[in-house]
Amino acid sequence: MKGYVHSIESFGTVDGPGVRFVVFFQGCPMRCLYCHNPDTWVTHAGTEYEAQELIDRMVRNLPFYETGGITATGGEPLMQIDFLTELFKLAKARGIHTALDTSGITFNKENQANFDKLMEYCDLIMLDIKHIDKNEHKKLTGFSNESVLNFLEYLEKKEKRVWIRHVIVPDITYKDEYLLRLGGLIKNYGCIDKIDVLPYHTLGVSKYEGLGIEYPLNGVPQLTKSDAQKALEVINSAIHSK
Amino acid sequence: MRDEWINFNGGAWENEINVRDFIQKNYTPYDGDDSFLCGPTNATLDLWKQVSDLKKQEIENGGVLDMDTRTVSTITSHKAAYIDKDKEQIVGLQTDKPLKRALQPYGGIRMAMQACKQNGYEVDPEIVDFFTEHRKTHNAGVFDAYTPEMRKCRSSHIITGLPDGYGRGRIIGDYRLVALYGIDRLIQDKEAKKNGTRIVMYSDVIQEREEISEQIRALQMLKKLGEFYGFDISKPASTLKEAVQWLYLAYLAAVKEQNGAAMSLGRTSTFLDIYAERDLKAGIITEKEAQEIVDHFIMKLRLVCFARTPDYNAIFAGDPTWVTESIGGVGTDGRHMVTKMSFRYLNTLNNIGAAPEPNLTVLWSTQLPDAFKEFCAKISIEHHAIQYENDDLMRPLHGDDYGIACCVSSMRIGKEMQFFGARANLAKCLLYAINGGKDEITGEQVGPEYRAVEGEYLDYDDVMTKYNAMMEWLAGVYINALNIIHYMHDKYSYERLQMALHDKNVKRWFATGIAGFSVVADSLSAIKYAKVKVVRNEKGIVTDYITEGDFPKYGNDDDRVDSIATEVLHTFIKYLRQNHTYRGGVHTTSILTITSNVSYGKNTGSTPDGRKQGEAFAPGANPMHGRDTNGAIASLASVAKIPFMDSQDGISNTFTIIPSALGKEEDEQRRNLIALLDGYSKKGGFHLNVNVFDRELLLDAQKHPEKYPQLTIRVSGYAVNFIKLTKEQQDEVISRTFHCCI
Repeated sequence: MKGYVHSIESFGTVDGPGVRFVVFFQGCPMRCLYCHNPDTWVTHAGTEYEAQELIDRMVRNLPFYETGGITATGGEPLMQIDFLTELFKLAKARGIHTALDTSGITFNKENQANFDKLMEYCDLIMLDIKHIDKNEHKKLTGFSNESVLNFLEYLEKKEKRVWIRHVIVPDITYKDEYLLRLGGLIKNYGCIDKIDVLPYHTLGVSKYEGLGIEYPLNGVPQLTKSDAQKALEVINSAIHSK
Repeated sequence: MRDEWINFNGGAWENEINVRDFIQKNYTPYDGDDSFLCGPTNATLDLWKQVSDLKKQEIENGGVLDMDTRTVSTITSHKAAYIDKDKEQIVGLQTDKPLKRALQPYGGIRMAMQACKQNGYEVDPEIVDFFTEHRKTHNAGVFDAYTPEMRKCRSSHIITGLPDGYGRGRIIGDYRLVALYGIDRLIQDKEAKKNGTRIVMYSDVIQEREEISEQIRALQMLKKLGEFYGFDISKPASTLKEAVQWLYLAYLAAVKEQNGAAMSLGRTSTFLDIYAERDLKAGIITEKEAQEIVDHFIMKLRLVCFARTPDYNAIFAGDPTWVTESIGGVGTDGRHMVTKMSFRYLNTLNNIGAAPEPNLTVLWSTQLPDAFKEFCAKISIEHHAIQYENDDLMRPLHGDDYGIACCVSSMRIGKEMQFFGARANLAKCLLYAINGGKDEITGEQVGPEYRAVEGEYLDYDDVMTKYNAMMEWLAGVYINALNIIHYMHDKYSYERLQMALHDKNVKRWFATGIAGFSVVADSLSAIKYAKVKVVRNEKGIVTDYITEGDFPKYGNDDDRVDSIATEVLHTFIKYLRQNHTYRGGVHTTSILTITSNVSYGKNTGSTPDGRKQGEAFAPGANPMHGRDTNGAIASLASVAKIPFMDSQDGISNTFTIIPSALGKEEDEQRRNLIALLDGYSKKGGFHLNVNVFDRELLLDAQKHPEKYPQLTIRVSGYAVNFIKLTKEQQDEVISRTFHCCI
């Protein structure tokens, strides 16, 4: 089965544990204001690959990935869930650790059967909660966060391993109120192993220029590492409060 | 057992010269971490400050602090000299003052004169007269024998870097012998060997007998050098401090006699650890004192320097000496050979800061203990001053007592040496194939007048046929030029001290080299997979190419082009092997350019891959700058495909990654670097220089050199002090692929 791939990073170190073969899926329904990969938005573009072809590419360099595995990110990999499932199925057949980096936005009750199938082959889900507040989530991404939170609920029931990813953006998510609420949510889920806070950066701006799109967050400064660390502490304080 | 050997485990080494046996019977593998290490003592810091000040003055002076113009350097030419006698644990300088460059005319009086002149000095006219009229040098001998064709290849730069005007280097004396056995025993052994030569006086036997006599003479001089400093090195060393001192004096004698391009140290750390363990156990020294001895030894190695010309520096930038020391590795019995001393050597980078010399080389194996791997990764990320070479690849060939000469050349210590020289510019050779042997820049007929390509577009099969023929020619000229060089070097500038520290029957590797590897691979790929149109000048010489369409590029783990690269190498080594070599040298080649990739590029016309005339090549076996676009592992996987047995003298890969692309947290960065090194080893990769920094750091250092006196980066097989590079070389380093991610 073929899928649309934006690009491949053969030495991924920031998208899951260890050294990873990272497949950037093409196509995303969301339009996050801070997105640093706007070139992955449109669907049915990029390069078409057979799932087997990607696995072959990875497997011949398997000695490099012994501490890591494969990561599907994007774009939104769930938009090509059948292709994704096949990719992960092939990976698991070779004993490779699989990680999915997703916003969970396509999840709903009707397509749950597809998710059940995917989950058979998925070791780790890195769930990107863009915003804890329903309305703010909509402002930021164009969608409510309802599906995202339902997906988290689903993962809890399935007893999957989950990392939460959260981009800390000045004025948008970098507010104690929101961070505390996020921590309050995380606290209820035993499936969550780790919180990965990502400081907002502007490295994607040039891509907007290349695509002729205006950058929505013009003027918003990058967040420092230490501010991101502070944000994590706020989230943790809520998790650990009784 | 001798008194000096008390508490050592005995063995064959007692009755025969056999350092390896001594090491295997006595070393203590260390699995622990770096927590036992000690920082610098006040004496160390004070000495290092004095050395740093001298090095600063040297840079301010334009690269040279002082030069000896009157005293021809020999083992005993200079009496004892010091930096600050009371503070130095390990003593000995090349001349009468630190950083004063010795006068070493045996390789070539012309080079010695030029080096002085271009730095504002003048060699004593009597010495010039003597080495011009009465005592011939290596350089003069070589030029007497060169053919016109060889001279042409030299000046057109299709063969560059021939060691025909100075010491050839790349010979590692087994300096440990002096510490373990003392000079008298070594002389005794050599006398016996001399008595054991064949008795019919063929020229090889005569040569051998004369050489052994010279070796004995050199050993006697070395004993004398010891006396200058107040040591009786006729006997074995009996403490760690003595062992380091004896070993260093032997090395010092070598650099006093030879200004070889690479004067490597060997594999000394695990050997010395045996002495350290014995002294620590006996309570004779503390860990702090052991580290101090090592720090002072390494400091001495950082002071080694030679008189060089600016031309030489353009090829081998940053004033390198390649005092390469090989650390770690695994024994043939399966025990790893990491000791506490391996840690202490690397710890010098923490104690006295980063530096390009000695060229610390970790013999990497997936079997190394985790704590040592972790420590190496930490040191690499912090200092980017060490390199890695694949012990799992070399051990089956060389066993467990080999070392690296220069950058990547492996040889058994004291049992193998090499005849090295230069690189064949295979990119230029491709252009000669296209132009029927005419040089694309000068228009001169340098190569044989074969048929040039005809028509507007290049045809892959046609070009390959012509290229193979041209490579066959080049291989012949190249090997024969080297035959002359090594014949003359043995005759006029024999390394008597270094060879005294070898077995009688040494194996000689005949080590050639290749430049322009990735340019050739990409050019042939362009001809095969895209359309390449030629542009001819008024004389009908193809001087440029218009490439239409895309083509696979080396460095992306794409077999279509990677197979072209390996095929070219395989063909070239095959042609090299067709040629007779001096003294039965065994043909090898390396894909290693040092920093000469810049000057090779400068002297090579436009190539079909889209590289324009004068643009730098990629260093060593690296993919061309910016063309490896599928991430670090795809890039490494391409290079790892190059078969070691076709390029046994080394395959150099310089890898630069920004810290954030290695991982978020420091412990993650270390783990990921280890995964990368383990993966590369398992894939059969040979060598990796690891640089971890942002491009901005180099840009800032280029602008404000005074802020970065010790900034050390790995280039191709060695490290340089970044601020010592020319602007051109700095720019090339900055333009290399930095693996990053967002």
